[in-house]
Amino acid sequence: MTIAATTDTGSVRAIEARPAGFVSDTSAIAGRALRAIPRDVEAVIPPIFIALFFFLVNIATLSDITETQIEGFNFTSFQLPTAILLGVTGVSRAPALVLDVQNGYFDRLLLTPIRRLAILLGHMAADITVASALIIPIVIVGFIVGVRFETGPLGVVVFITIGALWSLAFSGFGYAIALKTGNPAAVNSSFLLFFPFLFLTSSYVPREQLSGWLDTVATFNPVTYLLEGLRSLVVEGWEWGDLASALVAVGVVAAVSMTMCFAALRGRIRRG
Amino acid sequence: MDLDVATGEIYGFLGPNGAGKSTMMRMLCTLLAPTSGQATVAGFDVVDDPGAVRLRIGVALQDAALDPRQTGAELLRLQGLLYGLSRREANRRVGELGELIDLVDALDRPISTYSGGMKRRLDLVAALVHNPRILFLDEPTTGLDPVSRARVWEEVRRLNADLRMTIFLTTQYLEEADTLADRVGIIDAGRIVAEGTPAELKRSIGTDVIIIRVEGDAADVCQAVERVQGVLSVEARGSELVVSTTDGSATVSPVAVALSACEVRVRDLTLRTPTLDDVFLELTGSRIQHDETEEVGS
Repeated sequence: MTIAATTDTGSVRAIEARPAGFVSDTSAIAGRALRAIPRDVEAVIPPIFIALFFFLVNIATLSDITETQIEGFNFTSFQLPTAILLGVTGVSRAPALVLDVQNGYFDRLLLTPIRRLAILLGHMAADITVASALIIPIVIVGFIVGVRFETGPLGVVVFITIGALWSLAFSGFGYAIALKTGNPAAVNSSFLLFFPFLFLTSSYVPREQLSGWLDTVATFNPVTYLLEGLRSLVVEGWEWGDLASALVAVGVVAAVSMTMCFAALRGRIRRG
Repeated sequence: MDLDVATGEIYGFLGPNGAGKSTMMRMLCTLLAPTSGQATVAGFDVVDDPGAVRLRIGVALQDAALDPRQTGAELLRLQGLLYGLSRREANRRVGELGELIDLVDALDRPISTYSGGMKRRLDLVAALVHNPRILFLDEPTTGLDPVSRARVWEEVRRLNADLRMTIFLTTQYLEEADTLADRVGIIDAGRIVAEGTPAELKRSIGTDVIIIRVEGDAADVCQAVERVQGVLSVEARGSELVVSTTDGSATVSPVAVALSACEVRVRDLTLRTPTLDDVFLELTGSRIQHDETEEVGS
């Protein structure tokens, strides 16, 4: 089967397609994803609200009891990383990608010479920008209620960066579900995956206070090490071991989620 | 299935729903990998070199593939960037294409506010941002009102005439294939049953067609009509009789006399030249059923 084409381009064909390049492809997709954020504020407002709500309520209800039980313990500073994880986990453009699959726009992207990987990486680049932006108001509220970073301004930057990297790592699960199922409800429920991660760990009390099976589970939960790394920046100072453990934990989750996510992308492309 | 489409040709792929037109289209556009066989588009193999194919083709799929949250201008600009156009070139194309489809005033509005006809036109020009050499149109006017349909036809003709763009279009509309296509391939159940210019295909079943509706079963009078001189073939479907003949005006009277002799009551009798629908009927034994969801407004 052959479909031929003219090679006589002529002056009317002054514009001719050419490969845009990986960076250009990725930034074009990221730009589109970021432009959509102001039109899709319902995707970012609830996570901030939930994070701030639990942050303030937990401080009000648990500060006194924990600080009297544990000597030198500052529950407000301890809770900030938990609030951050509540705010940024599961925040991604995966629901928007599902809509692209459903309304055929994903096919339109596949029909262009764009590198397939750039479609996902463009969305993820937007995600990490959004996650960083979401962390900032939570940190500001933290400052207002008395949180101070032992590591200073640079520590705040590292804190925001690790939080955003975690958001990116977890978003891989949402993209995997989006590309595998093309179902918005399934994507929205991916946040439920985070519940065991968040609650079977040292979210509310230090790990030393956990006992029995919960302590064992927390040992294998990557969020435990992520929380400890983030907390070290707030309450301890530059603890390189804790930071390295946090980054390894993020890397392990990212390795699993991205493997699933890129496999789902390959499957979606293969199915056409 | 084996077909060749020449440079600068408008090729119409005609067939009913479920015949395999869209599947074929998706394979040629590199969206779907063929399970067997070989296809080259613009000289490049669709499996071995899909990137080269994508650079040279523009595609408007059956359902307008648009992101309703973007504005028309954003969508066209992004298309341009993904095809390697500079920001300046992309912006120039947005203006040119907006004028082309008479959407300049609407380009800064979200696509979700567009009517069905506007979306279809935007979808069509989104396939043209990079000036493709080959344009694939999958049922480009399905669901459009007659005015929008005519505008799309006009634009397809202009692209072919002015830019010598090769156009491969699938359609379930006989009139569309007849009006637009230089050559037509008729597909049924995944295979091509006939191919040629619309005129050649119509000639293949005779010069004229006489359609007769009778009271009762038309099959009862088939044999009597077949014996009339000049009749090439007769087909009965329910109460309808389709008669192919080389000279309709000379044959219509003897056919009427033959029917009268059979003492059958004729409800109406029409003489006309054959349509592609008649060709399709002759080749497949059934007429094309349209999946029509026409909308109002453009």
